[in-house]
Amino acid sequence: MVEHLDTVCYRFKSVKDSWTLPVYTEQGGYAVWKEIVKTAPAPEDIIEKVKASGLRGRGGAGFPTGLKWSFVDRTAAGPKYLVCNSDEGEPGTFKDREILLTNPHQLIEGMLIAAYAMGMNVCYHFLRGEFALPFQRCEAALAEARAAGLVGEGILGSKLNIEMHNILGAGSYIVGEETAMLEALEGKRAYPRYKPPFPATQGLYGQPTTVNNTETLASVPMILEKGPEWFAQLGTAKSGGTKMFSVSGHVCQPGVFEVPLGTSFQTLLELSGGLASGRSCLAVIPGGTSMRVVPGDQMLSAEMSYEGMEAVGSAIGSGGVIVMDDRTDLAEALAVMMQFYQHESCGQCTPCREGSGWVSTLADRLAQGLGRSGDVDRLYTVAQQIEGRTICAFGEAISWPVSSFIKHFRPQLEAGIAPANQAVEDGQ
Amino acid sequence: MAELSDQICQTIDTWRAKFPNSQARSAVLMALRTVQDADGYLSDEALENVAAYLNIPLAQVSEVVSFYSMYRRAPEGQHTLAVCTSLSCHLCQAHGLLAHLKTRLGVGPGETTQDGRFTVKVAECLAACGGAPAVLVDDQHYHECVTPAALDALIDELSESKDTADG
Repeated sequence: MVEHLDTVCYRFKSVKDSWTLPVYTEQGGYAVWKEIVKTAPAPEDIIEKVKASGLRGRGGAGFPTGLKWSFVDRTAAGPKYLVCNSDEGEPGTFKDREILLTNPHQLIEGMLIAAYAMGMNVCYHFLRGEFALPFQRCEAALAEARAAGLVGEGILGSKLNIEMHNILGAGSYIVGEETAMLEALEGKRAYPRYKPPFPATQGLYGQPTTVNNTETLASVPMILEKGPEWFAQLGTAKSGGTKMFSVSGHVCQPGVFEVPLGTSFQTLLELSGGLASGRSCLAVIPGGTSMRVVPGDQMLSAEMSYEGMEAVGSAIGSGGVIVMDDRTDLAEALAVMMQFYQHESCGQCTPCREGSGWVSTLADRLAQGLGRSGDVDRLYTVAQQIEGRTICAFGEAISWPVSSFIKHFRPQLEAGIAPANQAVEDGQ
Repeated sequence: MAELSDQICQTIDTWRAKFPNSQARSAVLMALRTVQDADGYLSDEALENVAAYLNIPLAQVSEVVSFYSMYRRAPEGQHTLAVCTSLSCHLCQAHGLLAHLKTRLGVGPGETTQDGRFTVKVAECLAACGGAPAVLVDDQHYHECVTPAALDALIDELSESKDTADG
């Protein structure tokens, strides 16, 4: 039994009709928001509480949320925007979809609180284009909240105006990058922007903007309801609170598990039904495929926290935990991952546009056993030449998996060099 | 040139109203989706109509259509079956599903059956890895933990619904 399992964003996963306003309100929902509207606390105090909770961006980058919120100048002229990022698409990640399906009102409440804290009047909630059902749930929830006077003009009879819109994407992984999402909202190709300027000063339509992940925003009402100390103490000293981990791959009962940060990987593995009988854990990607792979034996003694994952050379990322047992053809797994990045490279930066193709070709060749002598080193070199040379972190998302696969599983990749090609090298 | 129907214009207006008055361009993604949902694909004429309706240059419409993966420039089968092949689904036999579709329907990724009923596609991660392998039907319906038998049942069901519609 894991303590504090599913206590924040996923707390209503078994509650009937949890996505409706009556059920959410019955469970105490919107109490925090109503109190804020009634008492009009200093926005700075809310930001301080979010800082004290230790909440970090749950989309992948892990940036401290309260700090991000403090970057927005509430006195800046013109409109300011809050954007919620529900463009979930990092392979291995399927937690935000669960929030949208089971708990959309908590997300709406989180967006309202965030907008209030940063002095914003318009929220755009961007969902990936394939999320038809989550979109319907969010539209229905928003209509309920609007009818109840919780969203819109003159909220609950006050002078507060916060508008909110659900927006659908049109199919693109890179839209999940925060500045690419702003481009998409402006009706353009989702090309990530150069930073600086950061969205906090020049975001959507050139106005101050904050982009937060779904899980991040949905955590906020509970942090304010139960107090930042409560949330912080659920986790470790360096990783406050809980995190939703999406566990998939070679486990018996894949699923989403919201556990305190610092929970052992062993526990997470048990929650997801463990490996098939007689199998051993060969490798784990702990934070979505853009993060570095970790050998199974190292994971089995690791803890799921920001510092715990750093200790095994990887990162928590989006919390997409992909488990691979000893049957896995790792060269093939890498090739599958690299096909994804080749397909999803937006093409804006030459190293990524060209490099993703080369990396995919080389990984594919090795997976098919048609590798040429030196291909593993070539793969490494090409990936290294992408890293750090692109506008957004997509370059790292190609390079980190490649370099970590080579570091930990080089023999498995070398095995993909065709015997005939190997002989050529031996003869030289 | 045929213009957009009143119903389509109304839907586009709903999306348009979510953005500031001066930002008509913001509505282009959903305007295109709206037209595509009605016509099945985006013709050259459709792009011109969307540009005219939003009063933005055609180039601003074209650049979006060629970027996002959900837009179609040519008609496809009546139903699309998109099999996710990203890592988690790959580890759970997604490629077996593609092989099964090839056997059952005789077509591979990017191809449409001769009777025009089904288009088979490969999808990148659908955020349904807990239900791997996942299949996205008609761009919006998620089917999870799909087996070859489940795929057969799905194809039968979709075929029957067409027969009913025709009948």
